[in-house]
Amino acid sequence: MELHTLTIHEAARMLEKREISAIELTDAVLERIHTLDPLVDAYITVTADAARQRAKMADQMIAKGEGGRLSGIPLSIKDLICTKGVKTTCASRMLEDFHPPYDATVMDKLNAAGAVMVGKVNMDEFAMGSSTENSGIKATKNPWDLSRVPGGSSGGSAASVAADMCMGSLGSDTGGSIRQPASHCGVVGIKPTYGRVSRFGLVAFASSLDQIGPLAKDVTDAAILLNAIAGYDSRDSTSINRPIPDYTSGLTGDIKGIKIGIPKEYHAAKGVSESVTAAIDQAISVFKNAGAEFVEITLPHTDYAVAAYYLIAPAEASSNLARYDGVKYGFRSPEGQGLLDMYKNTRSRGFGAEVKRRILLGTYALSAGYYEAYYKKASQVRTLIKQDFRNAFEACDVILAPVAPSPAFKIGEHIDDPLRMYLSDIFTLSANLAGIPGLSVPCGFSTEGLPIGLQLMGNYFDETTLLNAAYYFERQTDFHRQKADLSRALNQ
Amino acid sequence: MEFAPVIGLEVHAQLKTRTKIFCSCSTRFGAPPNTHVCPVCLGMPGVLPVLNQAVVEYAMRMALATDCRIAPESRFARKNYFYPDLPKGYQISQYELPIAEHGQVNITRPDGTRKKIGITRIHMEEDAGKLIHDPDRSISMVDYNRTGVPLIEIVSEPDIESPEEAGAYLRQLRAVLRYLDISDGNMEEGSFRCDANVSVRPKESEQLGTRTELKNLNSFKFVEKALAYEINRQIRVISENGEVIQETRLWDMDKNRTFSMRGKEEAHDYRYFPDPDLVPLKIDEDWIARIQADLPELPDQRKDRFMAQFELPAYDADILTASRELADYFEACLRQVENPKLVSNWVMGNLLGLLNAEGKTIEETPISAEEMAELLKLVNDEVISGKIAKTVFDEMVASGKSPKAIVEEQGLVQVTDASAIEAVVDAVIDRCPNEVASYKAGKKKLLGFFVGQVMKETQGKANPQMVNQILKEKLG
Repeated sequence: MELHTLTIHEAARMLEKREISAIELTDAVLERIHTLDPLVDAYITVTADAARQRAKMADQMIAKGEGGRLSGIPLSIKDLICTKGVKTTCASRMLEDFHPPYDATVMDKLNAAGAVMVGKVNMDEFAMGSSTENSGIKATKNPWDLSRVPGGSSGGSAASVAADMCMGSLGSDTGGSIRQPASHCGVVGIKPTYGRVSRFGLVAFASSLDQIGPLAKDVTDAAILLNAIAGYDSRDSTSINRPIPDYTSGLTGDIKGIKIGIPKEYHAAKGVSESVTAAIDQAISVFKNAGAEFVEITLPHTDYAVAAYYLIAPAEASSNLARYDGVKYGFRSPEGQGLLDMYKNTRSRGFGAEVKRRILLGTYALSAGYYEAYYKKASQVRTLIKQDFRNAFEACDVILAPVAPSPAFKIGEHIDDPLRMYLSDIFTLSANLAGIPGLSVPCGFSTEGLPIGLQLMGNYFDETTLLNAAYYFERQTDFHRQKADLSRALNQ
Repeated sequence: MEFAPVIGLEVHAQLKTRTKIFCSCSTRFGAPPNTHVCPVCLGMPGVLPVLNQAVVEYAMRMALATDCRIAPESRFARKNYFYPDLPKGYQISQYELPIAEHGQVNITRPDGTRKKIGITRIHMEEDAGKLIHDPDRSISMVDYNRTGVPLIEIVSEPDIESPEEAGAYLRQLRAVLRYLDISDGNMEEGSFRCDANVSVRPKESEQLGTRTELKNLNSFKFVEKALAYEINRQIRVISENGEVIQETRLWDMDKNRTFSMRGKEEAHDYRYFPDPDLVPLKIDEDWIARIQADLPELPDQRKDRFMAQFELPAYDADILTASRELADYFEACLRQVENPKLVSNWVMGNLLGLLNAEGKTIEETPISAEEMAELLKLVNDEVISGKIAKTVFDEMVASGKSPKAIVEEQGLVQVTDASAIEAVVDAVIDRCPNEVASYKAGKKKLLGFFVGQVMKETQGKANPQMVNQILKEKLG
């Protein structure tokens, strides 16, 4: 048996029964990384020694019957989640050698649950992008087709899960950065409700939109990981103090009577590829067979979502990234004379093109004389979008939509067309603007054999319904069980 | 043409909460550089601010003490600019929705009349760090201990009409802060800072002139001097048909003048926007009521009470209540010596005279309230005379000994034995027949001469009232 192919829930059962050991499991995953990552380039840092040490500890805990729910489970972590003493680069030259002296709250929680971090994975620099091509370190490849992007910004997370180089991963989603790469790589990804998971230790891109969430091989694993990381944190004022349901016990597979909303605006969206439309239509019929009721809903302000998002997110980013000035930590350009030169050279050389583009955009949107027309107007649009979703959830339990207009594109294909990249976020970024949860679950393949994801969005703090609907869907289909065939690439 | 100055002040007061505004680092002043810091106040990647409730309550105290309206919902905003002392590249402050607005404070003008100065707003914010320039090397260092120390900014209406009123306003604000025990209010140490906006307008016109902003005003004296200089400068510019330019000017304390730091065009665009890391601050009526109930007596209230309860003149009450510590000192003395006017005269005269001469504050007084009370009790009980008391006071300052010990050691106890005084009086009368004759002929002013002779004879120890009385009897 190839241990790296196991899901978290399968592995946890075998660990509990002592059929396998955590060290075997971790070694299998490390071996897999060793073999495959030179092709996929998902990992920025592999923490093999620390992982083995933690795996041994997990074995001892399990032996004593004191194992946590994630004891001995090898996970990858997006490289903008702070890990104490372990390099956290945000895929930026700016933080190339930054070792945080603290763990993110999600890391505290994973560590307490016994998880084994095997490494930190690649992403678009500071999470800005949809392809992981904007990484300042390297481009990650899509395991299903190494000439294609894995999506982004959590591309390393999605690729590492899809290629069995970990059993699950934590990513972050600001405008679709978990759901879109999950869709492109054929894995499950969930962006929880804003405030469900602590952002403490998540390097901020756009604070009012960022949310950490899991990427996993199936819905059950996603529920397990969400259970582990959800919850109020006194260190994050925007985290919300309300009870956390057990997401795994909510997976009944019974969705009879569920009302699924189809936004007519999404239906009318242009530029959706035929294979995506076909896969979504197929998914709708699967839900119909389960006795789901479909209702047409309207999200009238959808047309303004992309524009509002690309003002709010860069505006917050322009401020959040001001701290990278060469003074205290991270990269400092040695060139030039005096303070202004240090700032200019450090930030010019430390940041990549997309990050600089967004800082410029955001700085402009907040400037005197433009604030009212841009940032403020965008915030008002955001309020209307929230209201759209509130109204919609009066009529339905979940909203069904595509994740991305098309499957993974070729590396380099859109790199010179940022606007097109921005527009491809149309189906995902509304959930961030509204703060509602959304997930991506595999729902088919394109004619080229590329995975396609189905998006389900739920009401505030109703991840349970969302996961259960996806769980039902997953049980009716086998898309999530299909794996990218990397043997040919390996033999070359 | 006559001109009237229009002045508005922006005051930053450091709050003396135990910990910083958004993290649990100590706010203590004077620690070695970068020892009171953590990832949050250093602005490291991924960390988040958490609002210190004590800061909110301190700001609420100031808001209530200045009759402000406290907003049921206020917000923190980011003020974005680059400077090495600002680790996040932005300062967390409040902008569109401050915690409090529309208040006022009373000041006493130099002529003794009272005046209300409007408070536009009070908001909370975090302090920045401190740059340290090494003169011997071409490097600068930064100390982040002060980063995140809580501040309130108190913005006045442009109601202030002279440098002296500005001084009175600042002293009043500082007194209120100190009465509330929320700030040290020390301008020299930087826990109380002031920027001034000033313009002049022709007296007959309501049209405001172009204003300049004055910075680097590190003492009350500099505020008044800089304003006076700037008012004259603006009047001169206008009188010479020039135009006042809207700009920021710095006070040069060595040259006693202001000079231009930056013009309007170079003014920062701070790109304020609501801080997404902090949720709106909600304050309900119950919370306000709790803070209100907890407010101590404020300077104005204490002054009124001193006048009513102790029958002190307004002048005395004003001086004694100017600082909470001085008023406390006065009342501590009063608890031992039930003679308000006597205590008032001594505190205002001898004690403040001594402190002013030595440039000390009441907290640094060499004579504690207990010692002062012991001394004044001797006076009040007529054990020693006021004149002797002054000698004892000086000796207390010099030697640190207690008044009783000094009086005993030097045998200064007042002579109240009528027969002893009579004997001295008789001796003086015998000795000065000419003066006695003049006195009897109607030159009553000579009484003072006789008193002086008697006091001299008794080394000042004779009870002055008794000396007076006995002399009058004997001289007829």
